[in-house]
Parts: sequence; structure tokens; C-alpha cells
Amino acid sequence: MIEVPEAPAPAPSPAPVAAQRTRGWLRSNPLLAVGGAMSALIVIVAVLAPLIAPDPGDAGSATHPFDVLKPPSAQHWFGTDQVGRDILSRVIYGARISPLVALFVLLIACAIGIPLGIAAGYFGGWLDDVIMRLTDIVLAFPALLLALALAALLPPSMTSLTIAISATWWPWYVRLIRGQAASVAGRPYIESCRALGISRRRIIFRHILPNAITPLIVQVSLDVGGVILTASALSFLGLGAQDPTPDWGLMVSEGQTYFTTDWWVVTFPGLAILITAFAFNLLGDGLRDLLDPRRVILR
Amino acid sequence: MTTYVARRLALAVVVVAGVVLLTFVIAHAVPGNPAASWAGPHASPAQVAAASKYLGLDRPLPVQITRYFAGIFTGNWGVSIHTHQSVLSNIATAAPASLELVIAALIIALAVGVPAGLASARRPGRPADQAIRAGSILGVSMPIFWMALILQLVFAQRLHVLPVAGEYSPNLLFTNPLTKVTGFPVLDALFTGNWPMLGSTLTHLILPAVVVAAYPAGLISRMVRAQILDTVGETHVQMARALGLPERDVFGRYLMKLAWSPVSAAIALVFGYSLVNTFLVESIFDWPGLGSYAVASIGTLDTPAILGVTLFVAIAYVIANLIVDIVQAVIDPRIRLR
Repeated sequence: MIEVPEAPAPAPSPAPVAAQRTRGWLRSNPLLAVGGAMSALIVIVAVLAPLIAPDPGDAGSATHPFDVLKPPSAQHWFGTDQVGRDILSRVIYGARISPLVALFVLLIACAIGIPLGIAAGYFGGWLDDVIMRLTDIVLAFPALLLALALAALLPPSMTSLTIAISATWWPWYVRLIRGQAASVAGRPYIESCRALGISRRRIIFRHILPNAITPLIVQVSLDVGGVILTASALSFLGLGAQDPTPDWGLMVSEGQTYFTTDWWVVTFPGLAILITAFAFNLLGDGLRDLLDPRRVILR
Repeated sequence: MTTYVARRLALAVVVVAGVVLLTFVIAHAVPGNPAASWAGPHASPAQVAAASKYLGLDRPLPVQITRYFAGIFTGNWGVSIHTHQSVLSNIATAAPASLELVIAALIIALAVGVPAGLASARRPGRPADQAIRAGSILGVSMPIFWMALILQLVFAQRLHVLPVAGEYSPNLLFTNPLTKVTGFPVLDALFTGNWPMLGSTLTHLILPAVVVAAYPAGLISRMVRAQILDTVGETHVQMARALGLPERDVFGRYLMKLAWSPVSAAIALVFGYSLVNTFLVESIFDWPGLGSYAVASIGTLDTPAILGVTLFVAIAYVIANLIVDIVQAVIDPRIRLR
């Protein structure tokens, strides 16, 4: 019998290893898994709202005078509100409002924070001083107060709300990016890039920015929950979305009057805020643990 | 040490000045005529002009800003358009209630957050740790205006174990009137030996304070955990363990000592945050503090009052930070050198 030389063991393809590693991480980090799954579910609900909501029309200004303030039932799982709209449908459509505000706020914060942070961290000097003192002043305000003052002085709308929150959020990103840029700018490889005559633009885009991406992702995911809470607080005070908009904070505010007798009007929209903020905070916290190498060593 | 304090103080003044300038510019960029609202809906143009002069609105913006800055030090914070009273005296009346609420909340937050963080860091990754971490993330994710409504419904309206709203039971004013000493009802009742009133103020304080404590408690527990996990491997801790000290002492004395510095910094941060958070809670609990005043001023677009509250919160916030900076420098001499 001719012995067939044993085929070399197939090299483990990188994909399963990566998958295994991910699975291992999720097992040691169940909060990240839960947070990720919940956040994904919220995004899916927001995208598919018209298909999921039992009464899509109720997300707007529909009125059902014969169904006012009905308690939760098989027909209306979360009950109905003060004009008879199905609260479940409104809560589902609400997933399109505050998370979208969070998206815009964080985009604006990055759009302001990244260039200013690079300017301060990479170029340094007087520019650094001016930019950082400015962020110190804005950060000396509790964010909600500045947002409150701004939102109070702008006409109430979702746009004003987004502007007001963005105005308080950008300094964090300047600080973050500045720290990253400054720590990289002094390294020898940047020095050699400069010696090689590589353009400043290319150094920034190819060498400085990529170093800042990981902390940026972590920060953004940590901030989604905070922006959602701030946005719903401002809406609760009447400074954001206006009536037919199915915004959660606004729904809590409107339900306040009927709350002692009709508990469901306030309970479900508020629960939606809590669950959404919780999901994104879990995700952000887990991502930070996963991507911050210092923590990994400690484990 | 003196130079360190002087430097922090100078920075604090710059920050407050910046905050005022920013709020002032925002307030004056807004359309609307404060003089007309001050004078009332049926005022004649001449009366509105007189009001504008009285409120100093007829001067150019730089003059107004200069006058406002001068007024900050002389106690003239402007006149409220809504109440027609001095903004500073309105704030002085409202502030003790809010400060009492925030301080009570921070005491609760420390009492819950520090032990929770220590317990969590004891065995990282274990179920107890995961549960405490999830709990503290839940705390920082809480829409507190909603939590206030839910707790009020459950504990006050359904179970009837705690009062619904207010600072104390108004009926007590007839039998055991509150003597004003400090302006803080709990302290006043305590100092004057007014026990029924003390009981009433404390039971009224529980619900709003627990609500305001949700965020700081979560934050403090996370910070304590992170700080302890950062220092648990250091040599002095190994030394303490090698000497056979009980784990309790290692955590409570050696590890927590290093954690106090960032925790006290966090307290200064959440002090300002919680002061603003009371804005959302006070109207629900009918609490006669700054939050109720601020929300009312926002509702009526009362710019001097909004400015005044912003200034007050900014000053309180900066002072809290300054105190913590100094305390930290006293505890930890390394900080002075930075």
C-alpha cells in the first residue's frame, strides 16, 4: 500500500479565527453584546417603522375622538393618547426622531471638532492656546444649561434643538482630536514624513487622522445616549419638537396632565428613551473596553 | 501652593466672564423686545421707550455689556421682565432649595456609588460586576423627568408612602412655623429644634433627591471601578497584600485613597450638571428652587432672569471646580507641580 503523504493541515483561514475571537470577546463582555443587539434593533425599528407600526397614520396629526385615553389592550398594546392615537405606533416612529437628532449633532460636533482639534494639536502655538481656552469656556457651562439657554432663545423646532445641542457638544471633540494629534505630531515617523517633503495635507490625512479614528468611534458611540437624553429633556420642556411630531420627550410632556389617571401615556415613551439611551451607552462602554488596550492588559 | 490657587482663580474668572459674554450675545441676538414685554401688552410707545431706558436697553450693546459686568460685582443683576423684581433677590430666594436638593442627591450618590464601584472592582468580569455595571449605566441613561413622574406615581399617588410634592407639608406652618436662619429648610428645622418640620422636610426631599442622584450615582460607581482596576496592580497594593492585610483594608484604605482624587473631580463636574438637572425635576415636584424659576423665565423669555440663572450656575460650577482643585492639591502634592 502506498502511503499517501499526509496533506498538510489546512491553515486556519483568518475569518473563523476572527469570528472565534469575537465570540470569545462577547462571552467575556456580555454587556457589549446586549448593547450592540439592542442598538441594532432600535435602528431596524426606526428604518422599518412604516411596516411595523400598527397605525402609521397615528404618528402624525390623526385624531380619533372615540378612542381617547384607552388603556393598553390587544388592539392598542401601549394604549392611546389624549387625542386617541395609538401610542405604540408613535413610540415606534419616535425611534426616527431623537436618534436622528443624535446623528446630526454628532456629525456637526465632529465637523467642528476634527479640524479645530487638528489645528490645535498639530500646529500648536498661539492657535492652540486660543482654541483650547475657547473650549474651556464652553465646557465650563453644564451642557444642558447652554442648550437650554440657546433653545429658549431660538424658535422651538427640531432644527433649533439640533443647533443648540451641537453648540454644546463640539468642544469634547476638539479636546479628543487635539490630544491624539498632539501625541502623534511629535513622533519620529511624522518628523521623517516632513523630512521627505510629504505635503502637510497628506500627513494629516494619512498619518494623523487614522490614529484618532478608534477613540473617535468610542466617543461617538458613548455620546449617542447623552445626546438622546439631552434632546428629550429639551423636548420635555417644550423647546424642541412640536405637537404632531412623535418625539418621546414631547409625548412624556404632553402625557403629564393625564398621568395620575392614565399611567400608560407617559410610561411607554419614557421607557423608550431609557432603553435607547441604555442600549447605546452599553454599546459605547463595551466598545471602549474592547478597543482600549490598557484595559485589556488589566483583565 | 499660593501661586497654584492664584492661577486657578484667574482661570475661573476668565471662564465666568466668557460665559456671561456668550450668554449676553446670544440673548441679544434674539428677536423680540424685552422692554415691550416689561411694559405690558397695552403700553403706549412712550411707555415702552421709558421702559427701554429704565432697563438700559437704549444703550449700544458694548455699553450694556460693560454695565452688566459692573453690576455683577455691585449686586445689580438686572430686573426680571416677568416679576419686575431684582434678579439677584429672586435667585437668592430660590437658590437654597436647589442647593439643598443637589447636596442631598450627591450624598445619596456617594453613599450608593462608592460601595457599588468597590464591590464591582472586587471581581471584575463576574456576574456581580456585570450587574453593577449594567445598573450604573442604567443610572446614567435615565431620563430623570420621566423617573420623577414614575416615582411620584408609584410612591406618592398609589402607595401613599411619601408626599407628592413641595418642600414640606404646608399645614405644619400653622402648628410649627419654620424660622428662617439659613434659608435651607432642612437645616433651619434642625437648628431650631423643629422636629415635626424636620421630618416633613426630609420625607419631602427623598423622591426628588433620589431622582437627581441617578446620574451621579452611576457616574461615581463607574469611576471608582475604573480607577481601582487601574491601580490594583501597583506595587504598593501588592505590598499591602503581601503583608497579609485583609482585602477589605486593601480596597477601603489603599485603593480607595487613590480613587478619591478623580471621584472628587467628578463630584465637581456633576454638581453643575445636577444643578441644571433640577430644572427638569423641580417643576414636577413643585420644588420652589432655581429650576422652577429658570423654566418660568424661559417660558416668558425673561432674558435678564435667564442671564442671571446662567451666571449663577456658572459661578457655582466654577467655585465647585476651584474647591476640588484646591482640595486635590492638598491631598495630592503631585498636582501642584503641573
